[in-house]
Amino acid sequence: MGRPGILHPGNGVTSILSFPRSSAHSLRPLPMPSLGELVRNSQIWKSVFRHPAPLDRRNRIVVMLTNFFLHLHPVSVKKQGIALSYTWCMGGVTFFLFLVETVTGVLLMFYYRPTLEWAYADILALRDVASLGILRELHRWGAHAMVITVWLHMYRVFLTGSYKPPREFNWVVGVVLLLLTLLLSFTGYLLPWDQLAIWAITVGSNMARATPILGYEGPFQGVLNVDGIDMITQGSDARFGLLGARFVGEETLNRFYVLHCVAIPLAAALLIAIHFWRVRKDGGISAPL
Amino acid sequence: MAGQTSDFPAMHFPALLAAGGLIDQATFLSGVKGFLTIYYLGLAITNAVAAFLLWHHWHRPKAALVWTIVATVFGGILAPMAGSGDPYWTPRMPEAIVSFLNSWLSGQVGAIVYTIGSVVFLSVLYLGRDFFVRPMVAWTGLNLALLAMGLSMVNQNFWQVVSKGDNIPIVGLMFLLGFFTWLATYRAVINDKRIAEGLPPLEKLDDEKVLVWPDLVYTELVCMLALTAFLLVWGILIQAPLEQPASSVKTPNPSKAPWYFLGLQEMLVYFDPWMAGVVAPSLIIVGLMAIPYLDFNKKGMGYYTINERKFAYLNFQFGFLVLWVTLIVMGTVLRGPNWNFFGPFEPWDSHKVEALKNVDLSEYFWIGLLNRGLPKAPTGSGFFVELGYILLRESPGFILMGIYLFVVPPALAIGTTLFRNMYLKMGFLRYMLMTNLLLMMAILPIKMALRWSFNLKYIIHIDEWFLNF
Ligand code: HEM
Repeated sequence: MGRPGILHPGNGVTSILSFPRSSAHSLRPLPMPSLGELVRNSQIWKSVFRHPAPLDRRNRIVVMLTNFFLHLHPVSVKKQGIALSYTWCMGGVTFFLFLVETVTGVLLMFYYRPTLEWAYADILALRDVASLGILRELHRWGAHAMVITVWLHMYRVFLTGSYKPPREFNWVVGVVLLLLTLLLSFTGYLLPWDQLAIWAITVGSNMARATPILGYEGPFQGVLNVDGIDMITQGSDARFGLLGARFVGEETLNRFYVLHCVAIPLAAALLIAIHFWRVRKDGGISAPL
Repeated sequence: MAGQTSDFPAMHFPALLAAGGLIDQATFLSGVKGFLTIYYLGLAITNAVAAFLLWHHWHRPKAALVWTIVATVFGGILAPMAGSGDPYWTPRMPEAIVSFLNSWLSGQVGAIVYTIGSVVFLSVLYLGRDFFVRPMVAWTGLNLALLAMGLSMVNQNFWQVVSKGDNIPIVGLMFLLGFFTWLATYRAVINDKRIAEGLPPLEKLDDEKVLVWPDLVYTELVCMLALTAFLLVWGILIQAPLEQPASSVKTPNPSKAPWYFLGLQEMLVYFDPWMAGVVAPSLIIVGLMAIPYLDFNKKGMGYYTINERKFAYLNFQFGFLVLWVTLIVMGTVLRGPNWNFFGPFEPWDSHKVEALKNVDLSEYFWIGLLNRGLPKAPTGSGFFVELGYILLRESPGFILMGIYLFVVPPALAIGTTLFRNMYLKMGFLRYMLMTNLLLMMAILPIKMALRWSFNLKYIIHIDEWFLNF
């Protein structure tokens, strides 16, 4: 953000930002000074936002360049690229849900201990005792919604052919994000430690037992053996690696907790950053040539 | 009614929360009548708004009148009827439809009827898309679907499935997918017409640039606020499910994977776990990643179109809508205890048995066709003799799969112009990769069809190596 120069009028900033045509939002006459005006022109306001309120064209441009949160966006976009009927806003909604999950997830971590002794009891207490009794609901429904919106986002990207050059790689990043979203949801499913949780995870993780070569009951499981001793046993196969044990138990709970709260969110956050960066580097949201 | 005791609706319906299994219909209705009344009133309001917009905004008084009448029926007739809580008055599915669906959508016939029915339904929508995307037609379809939901929810078996906290998202997914598929197709139909007339697609008309503040930033803000409100309401109305504490001895029946993996769980009916749980998901991920590198068609980027990229479109829709989404819905709504197939209004009876004798391809070949036993190595033979016999025994399957994956693609390239052009554009490796991915996707419906028609169990069956396919 080291561009203090653009904060001062008259240094020709508008000339380095070229606009093909004049925007629909032409200069508005400055309103009479009001309370809002005074606040927005105060020293405190300016020290935080580094420029006056984005009420005129110039400041609307500057705000996009100088605000940390807004600078993810370009300054101007093609009108059709942001039409709701085109993008369905589904990528943005998915991102927002990711943030909601992060915030509610952190709050849940204040209450929840991933041990056989406490996990279920803590979830019960979240419903019955904790204030803001819908924290768990927000987190769970948000997670379901995120799975749905990420599918819809992919559906839209496919249907508009937006994976075609130059956006091939961002589609690949997206597929990994899709996988991470599902894994986030899957690992979280176990944490309440109720019947629904352990059996859904048991059904899911039993499949890993059948991994070719690496699963205890998978095709060619006998291939990896040393001097006739099988390397792939119930205690060393792919499923064991996933669960940390021969069945869904305390070790699994711990493993899934760490994956769910730390490892996968970090990976997802990094990939989302790359995804957004590539959206811009690939020329913004796709449009007909 | 094993397996459904604890997961009865999480919605705040006191009469139901305590209940397990089916209860007296009048008691049930007194629990859901409030919800159903609101539901029909919601439909009435939606239609009234549509009617108002038609009249005021789009100046179509006749259409406005039609939807005003519909709104009146929903709000003035169906809502009070549902509000009565009386089993006689509450609007419900006609008995004829209930028994029809229960007999045709049950057991193995059910799986066949459902799957083929979905394919036919989607194909009709696709082929008649010029008609079905018309706003009035689509709106009628939406109203019918919502009406069918309302009528069905009076049935306790149906209610038990759709009102389960974790199943509500699937109901939402269905309607969202329906809406967005309509929207995309609507725009594609218009664009395809325009392109045929030599005009640019709709999206090209709006390529003027606008400032992100305020145009995009405000849209985002409104989206965020609306979504927050939506999540809060959802969270307040519906409690997150919590069952009995985990117990590794009490296996629920059915044991279902999380809903988004139910398509894979459904594959377990036709394939072994290594295929359904490991190879198929990996292929899906790899296949998705490969799309941009296989689709060399330069047209259709940045706008909705079908005609300009039919091949890619149809394959994707087949994989996504048919093989992924319909199987999820089937796994959620229609698969009950012991993974048996139950009609939408059929009680989940855990004693229902479906004995099926499935036969391997090798058995069909050696025993059925050649009328001799399966080749078997003499006892005590060495590793390589054993191997030879296994390969011999399973040779029909290996040969068939070899032909399927390695002869069909060249044959297509030689025999059809469509595939020949692809081959010429893509080169040998890319062409083989694409066709093999598509053929692997197609193996699921093929195996389903073979199971239904010939009770085929495995194409290749090598228990010795856990390699059953
Ligand atoms: C956590 C998951 C994801 C997030 C937060 C996310 C977010 C976004 C956002 C905000 C955009 C801007 C345009 C829009 O909103 O449509 C975008 C574009 C894009 N996304 Fe994603 N996305 C995710 C997953 C995916 C997936 C699963 C795919 C595909 C398999 C994908 C492929 C793309 C592509 C190719 C673009 C560029 C589209 C264009 O230029 O029109 N993304 N993504």
